[in-house]
Amino acid sequence: MMLHATRIVGCALAAGLLSVPALAQSPQTEQLTVVGAGGVLQDAERAVFFRPFANANKVQLTEDSYSGQMAKVRAMVDTGSVSWDVLQVEQNSLLSGCEEGLFEKIDWTGIGDRRDFIDEAYSECGVGAFVWSMVMTYDRARTADGPKGWADFWNVQRWPGKRGLRQTAKMTLEIALLADGVPREEVYKVLATPAGVERAFASLDRLKPDILWWTSGAEPIERLASGDVVMSAAFNGRVAAANQGGRSFALAWDGQVLGVDYWAIPKGAKNRATAERFIAFASRPEVQARFPSHIAYGVTNRKANLAVDPKLAADLPTSPANFTLAVPLDTAFWADHGEALEARFANWRSR
Amino acid sequence: MATTTETPTDSMGRATALAPPSLSSRAKARMVSALLIMPLVLFLTLVFVLPLGGMLVHAVENGEVGEALPGVAAEMRGWTGEGLPPESAYAALARDLKAAYGDPRLGEASRRLNYERAGYRALLAKTARSIRAIDRPRAGWTAELTAIDPRWSETATWAALRRASPSLTPYYLLTALDLRMDDNGSIARAPAEERIYIDTLGRTLWIGFVTTLLCLVLGFPLAHALVSLPRGFASVLMVCVLLPFWTSLLVRTSAWIVVLQKEGVLNGLLTRLGIVDAPLELVFNRFGLYVAMVHILLPFMILPILSVMKGISPSYMRASASLGAHPAVGFLKVYLPMTLPGVGAGCLMTFIIGVGYYITPSLVGGARDQMTSYFIAYYANTTINWGLSSALGAILLACIMLLYATVGRLIGVGRIAGIQ
Repeated sequence: MMLHATRIVGCALAAGLLSVPALAQSPQTEQLTVVGAGGVLQDAERAVFFRPFANANKVQLTEDSYSGQMAKVRAMVDTGSVSWDVLQVEQNSLLSGCEEGLFEKIDWTGIGDRRDFIDEAYSECGVGAFVWSMVMTYDRARTADGPKGWADFWNVQRWPGKRGLRQTAKMTLEIALLADGVPREEVYKVLATPAGVERAFASLDRLKPDILWWTSGAEPIERLASGDVVMSAAFNGRVAAANQGGRSFALAWDGQVLGVDYWAIPKGAKNRATAERFIAFASRPEVQARFPSHIAYGVTNRKANLAVDPKLAADLPTSPANFTLAVPLDTAFWADHGEALEARFANWRSR
Repeated sequence: MATTTETPTDSMGRATALAPPSLSSRAKARMVSALLIMPLVLFLTLVFVLPLGGMLVHAVENGEVGEALPGVAAEMRGWTGEGLPPESAYAALARDLKAAYGDPRLGEASRRLNYERAGYRALLAKTARSIRAIDRPRAGWTAELTAIDPRWSETATWAALRRASPSLTPYYLLTALDLRMDDNGSIARAPAEERIYIDTLGRTLWIGFVTTLLCLVLGFPLAHALVSLPRGFASVLMVCVLLPFWTSLLVRTSAWIVVLQKEGVLNGLLTRLGIVDAPLELVFNRFGLYVAMVHILLPFMILPILSVMKGISPSYMRASASLGAHPAVGFLKVYLPMTLPGVGAGCLMTFIIGVGYYITPSLVGGARDQMTSYFIAYYANTTINWGLSSALGAILLACIMLLYATVGRLIGVGRIAGIQ
């Protein structure tokens, strides 16, 4: 109560200081700090989630962005000075962070029926925000009869030139196995064995001289456009955005590796109730349905997926035809093996 | 406002100042100077000694398993490590897991155990989930746990728990040196494909060494030019040396990308002049890294050498010439030895700063040019493995201290610091 009273006084003072018309606003303006990954993605989130929520609920919403590094969240939680309320997090960070108490548990009764969401969207500490995927892409303007899948990606005789791959073990090892002929549904079964890891690295060895590594999502698009690479792994949303900007990039859904990003609330967030309301808002089908028109990522509410414009839906990783060709990222696998494999991957790259 | 002790000094003026200081006033002066350096001492303690100490502690600290599973940790202290532990250890594990279910500390213990072998994180999580349903074991906890996961009947699993449970561990330091403690407790080298950090450390020191050498080769003549050139010209040159000092590190590094990249300024010039046919690979490799690092670190080499050279009177060289020494001999026998403290200080500073570089290699270096700090940042920021991050830092620190001690012994720390 005390806290509430001081906040009211503080808000009233602040409102008074700003200008007279501001007094017309409710003095109890709620605050919310939402943290995304920046770039075109956050632009889309702003248009679909942030602004509509802030306007509808008279919430003063502040944005921030980060690059997915959990150390900052850890430091905030450990020191009890949590300045973020809602956070967009990747799958395995969510899983390990949840176990280590970095995130609040989600009350799913406030979010909706779990069955309305794709299976991957459910987590104890997070709600699936959107679905993205790593796809193979090339520029039709430069390569007429282009590669069809990851096996072709490895075929440097037929399509000579550099290839772009993301500089992480996660997803790259899956792709290496797919290229080596491992069926989609067996990728993680193979990768979980030491022989499978050897096989993935052996597969990468064959392509190594032709690989140009990228770290930020914009790089593969720029390099394809400049002709520095003939084909590349890229985030499907970036490819679609490039095509909207006049490019003619082809992408192969076969063997797309799917990832889900989540909304989560850091432990001890100051505006937890508002944060929960925001997540509930961002999970509504009619809200999510607007997201793919801003960026070509899939959404997590099945009803929203049905409501998406059919013309757009074909370009989404979650559309039924594309979804059956996907390898969903195995979060539990990467939570267990990620650190060891990433270290080995970094070591392999440096040789 | 004036105190009683100050008043006599004021009124007596010069007489007091000339008189030999009394014992008490000397003690007071000492106290005043001690108070004056207090802020510095405090500052150093807060921003230097404490974080550094904290880092060293992090490198051996190992409380996770002991805090989350205290019963198991106690059992592990009594277990020899041969065969399988007694039923009481299994019972302790069941008890601890039930008590710790949902506790964030269990998550941290799982993470710690997973370092011992990938997959144990999930094993602990799965066991904790399943064990809650069992109130009373039908045929002992050994059987129940083995039924949940057969890995509980393997010595390796328990050996990993045993290694992970003491409150201090050599694990991080050993890993940072590419060593492993095997199930029998003996130390062995890591499998060939997992050896990373020694190679990286070697590369880090080598890059530091080459950068220092290049800085010395460029910096020494430049420093000499700065002291011997006419004043106006020298000050222009000095500004050129100091200019990179006043520019942000990020800007300087990115500028080199612009200059050296494939369609960059330099390649454009070379192709237009017809010196090369195809653009050269000048950046995102070791060459680009050296160029950027030498550019950034050059002032750290020049300034200490310059300060020493300024103190060397030109009459020494004139004297050596008048005694019949060839200029080269005079330089080698008279001038060079006198500049050594500056050279030592410059080399030490350049090297120490150079081996800690992180942003520059990640921007202008390739995959083969990443240094130890890349891994330190990776473990600290991305995976929150602060133990390994600290251990890598501690080893880098140890290398630098070793070097410092060696150089200090050869040239003398006092001479390098300019005290002597």
